[in-house]
Amino acid sequence: MIRRLALILPLAAFVIFVIIAIGGLGQPQTRQIESRLVGEPVPDFVLEPMSDARPGLSSADLKSGEPVLVNLFGSWCLPCRIEAPQLDRLAEAGATIHAVAIRDEPAAVADFLSRYGDPFAHIGMDPRGRMQIEFGATGVPETYLIDGDGIIRGQWIGEVRENDVAEILAAMEALR
Amino acid sequence: MTRFFAIILAPLLLAFQEMPLPDAAQEAEAQALMKELRCLVCQGQSIADSDAEMAVDMRALVRERIAEGQEPQEVRNYLIRRYGDWVTFSPPARGTHLILWAAPAVFVLIGAVFAFRLFRGRKAA
Repeated sequence: MIRRLALILPLAAFVIFVIIAIGGLGQPQTRQIESRLVGEPVPDFVLEPMSDARPGLSSADLKSGEPVLVNLFGSWCLPCRIEAPQLDRLAEAGATIHAVAIRDEPAAVADFLSRYGDPFAHIGMDPRGRMQIEFGATGVPETYLIDGDGIIRGQWIGEVRENDVAEILAAMEALR
Repeated sequence: MTRFFAIILAPLLLAFQEMPLPDAAQEAEAQALMKELRCLVCQGQSIADSDAEMAVDMRALVRERIAEGQEPQEVRNYLIRRYGDWVTFSPPARGTHLILWAAPAVFVLIGAVFAFRLFRGRKAA
């Protein structure tokens, strides 16, 4: 009996391994990685303004006593154009939206804003894309909800879609 | 003429961004760490192997922090704090990851017991 078990157990273990391996092959290669900083204070940073007309962005601006949104975007980024109307609607509904321009130049950002709308209060320039890593983002665009004490309360990965708008406004209202 | 310079210089500037650190020991440390960090947008590749812009940014961050005198473990922890253990190819030996680290030793031990019994059985027969 023990001899037979000694034969069957390794074989069974191997079969289970093969089944798990084949199952794993079928899984999609990519998965969404959510930032671990949700629930944590925003990292300290100071970003240059794009022009004299509009202030840059620093972590101090995010501890304003009111919930705000921070949108990581780039003038070179296609989904950022797609989400622009949704950001406009959020701003029209009274949301304060700050932006971080990832790997971008002031002239290109100005052009983007004149084409696709300009809902942003502050815009910080991040030529080296460092804020993506600081926030735990994996791409552009991403949108973060920061409460009045500067704690990150929410993250929306990818472009903000039409059906996200109500959810974001409700989440902001809940933090007031 | 300016266009000529723009075409020639732009790639040079990009290459400059990726310059190795002047200190060879630090560069070696940085390179070793880059091979262990997972590229977040081209999953399955390390940031050392990837041409994605995000990987370029992460390599710059690694070099910058190593040059500042941070230990590779500090840089790794900085990234783990933001992306979770997933960002490193060598998961830290704690919590449920201990199973991963202990498994090879356990399997070798089980195999050794089997082999030992098998050979001893043969000798007796």
